[in-house]
Amino acid sequence: MIIQAIAFYVFAAVAIASGVMVISQRNPVHSVLFLILAFFNAAALFVLMGAEFLAMILIIVYVGAVAVLFLFVVMMLDINFAELRQGFLQYLPVGGIIGLILLVELIMIFGTWVVAPEAGQARLVPAPTPGELTNTHALGRVLYTHYIYLFQAAGLILLVAMIGAIVLTLRKREGVKRQSIATQNARRRDEAVAVVKVTTRGGV
Amino acid sequence: MTPTAVPALLPALPEIALAVIAMALLMYGVFGGERSPRGCAWLAVAGLAITAVLVLVANGDRAETFNGQFVVDGFARFMKVLVLLGSGLATIMSMSYMERERMERFEYSVLLLFATLGMLMMISANDLIALYVGLELQSLSLYVVAAIRRDTVKSSEAGLKYFVLGALSSGMLLYGASLIYGFAGTTSFVGLARLFAESSGAAPVGVIIGIVFLCAGLCFKVSAVPFHMWTPDVYEGAPTPVTAFFAVAPKIAAIALFTRTLLGPFGDLVDQWQQIIVAVSIGSMVLGAFAAINQSNIKRLMAYSSIGHMGYALVGLAAGSQAGVRGVVIYVALYLFMAVGTFACILSMRHQGRLVEGIADLTGLSKTHPMMAFMLAVFMFSMAGIPPMAGFFGKFFVFQAAVQAELYSLAVIGVLASVVAAYYYIRIVKLMYFDEPIEALDQRIGGEMTTIMFATGIITLLFFVYPLPLMNGAASAAAALFGG
Repeated sequence: MIIQAIAFYVFAAVAIASGVMVISQRNPVHSVLFLILAFFNAAALFVLMGAEFLAMILIIVYVGAVAVLFLFVVMMLDINFAELRQGFLQYLPVGGIIGLILLVELIMIFGTWVVAPEAGQARLVPAPTPGELTNTHALGRVLYTHYIYLFQAAGLILLVAMIGAIVLTLRKREGVKRQSIATQNARRRDEAVAVVKVTTRGGV
Repeated sequence: MTPTAVPALLPALPEIALAVIAMALLMYGVFGGERSPRGCAWLAVAGLAITAVLVLVANGDRAETFNGQFVVDGFARFMKVLVLLGSGLATIMSMSYMERERMERFEYSVLLLFATLGMLMMISANDLIALYVGLELQSLSLYVVAAIRRDTVKSSEAGLKYFVLGALSSGMLLYGASLIYGFAGTTSFVGLARLFAESSGAAPVGVIIGIVFLCAGLCFKVSAVPFHMWTPDVYEGAPTPVTAFFAVAPKIAAIALFTRTLLGPFGDLVDQWQQIIVAVSIGSMVLGAFAAINQSNIKRLMAYSSIGHMGYALVGLAAGSQAGVRGVVIYVALYLFMAVGTFACILSMRHQGRLVEGIADLTGLSKTHPMMAFMLAVFMFSMAGIPPMAGFFGKFFVFQAAVQAELYSLAVIGVLASVVAAYYYIRIVKLMYFDEPIEALDQRIGGEMTTIMFATGIITLLFFVYPLPLMNGAASAAAALFGG
């Protein structure tokens, strides 16, 4: 138990610290690297809570795809981050005050909240009892049955995203040499190779 | 592993058919070569017509499927037919424009079909997640369509602006939905309705905050004040047929979704959300009336006008009663015809083959194009709400519902705002009829434009002669939402 608690605090502290580093670093590449560290720690927190599927997704999707994409963008685009961040600190007091007011308001509101007593019964898909099923198994069981409609709709959304990316970026360019495998395969020896008789001391 | 029953597919048949048609059309477009765009557009119109027939032939009872995530009832059918009509007319209107501007691409029709599919899914959403995926399918297609003239700065800017603000509003909507789920324990509309009916209108504070965020997200989609900032820029920047599409179908779908969400699961919390809708509605009506006065671009004017019209439609929703919903349904149905007709006129405004958008270009139109000027005058009078045009009846029913719900101040402000709005609508009529023409617009107007202009014009002008089909349809749609 105590080890779990220690692990939780270590991961949580590192996650928060690297979150702060993300916004305070001068070099944007370092910021992205700290973001990746934050993701790893958040994934570790998920593992501690027994949500290993979410942890894996976080690492595969966020670290593997999103953060690497960020890294690419930061390195490829020539954005002057130092200029963008100029005056960042002078807004800090105002932002801090607004944040504080919001926090106080939220505490005032949530100090009185109660969970609706019917909330437990109204839940449609009961959570699987731990130990019987793994996360992934449980998700797989509802994803393609109970949530098939949403699954298909999400697929359509991805299709539209793909069409959109192609519509907005694909350009037909003239004079580009394309590889045509059929033509390559259809070429015969006598079309491609010519036997030249070279006379001695003559050259081609 | 226990076998799972296949969900009933019949209630969702129109959506499934439209999805299959859209994907088939994508294939046709990809392999069809250079000549496919126009064929694709007509096939898309045919697909929308088939879907509308499938919506209409289904029997009239309420049906749920996919574990209650999808619902079809009289309300959904009525709104779906309106959306399909709007999309179909917008597709037809865009064909010759796209050819003239040399931007014909088959993906345009395919994206319109996917956007329409998203709208149908929004209308039938019976679950917070289904609401979100439908909305996102629609929005994502619309972002791309707004930026489809990628070589012009304005169109790209419109698409980007719409995308960034749309993503923000989706974020707010999701935050609200997650709060509602966290405090109520379910995302199902039926489950939420049961929960709040049992607690007789009392809800945990988290749910209330969730509803506020959900409303903010939905207000963005119907472009109601204070979430309207994107509308004028996007309307102006997007190609005109796309603007015509934006002004009609997505608005109707979003209003339908708004109505179902607030009156279905949160019907018992009407006291909680009524103030929000009243404030948003007043804001939209007033801003729509005053901000449009100074516009010189007719597309921007139409943007502010549509903000105002959404405000009037929300008056009916604020009433929260069956009469209010009937008013909303009648209002958006009549708005469909007025807006499509006006955009058919705008798309016919050409000067030496170029599309012009200035209001000043309409000067003296009655001398050069008497019929088009007459039709535009009809639409403007109707939008201003002058009897006996159709627009008057739309406003009449929503204000009647507001008065019945004892929202007197809302009704009074609405009427006053519509007086202010009448100024800029009638100014266009004055320009067309009483000013001398500066430079005449081109004579030739495409055949399909003329047909659409006349059809919608006659409906707008002569609605009062035979209003029964629409009135009865709207009444039964409203009754279906209230379980009557």
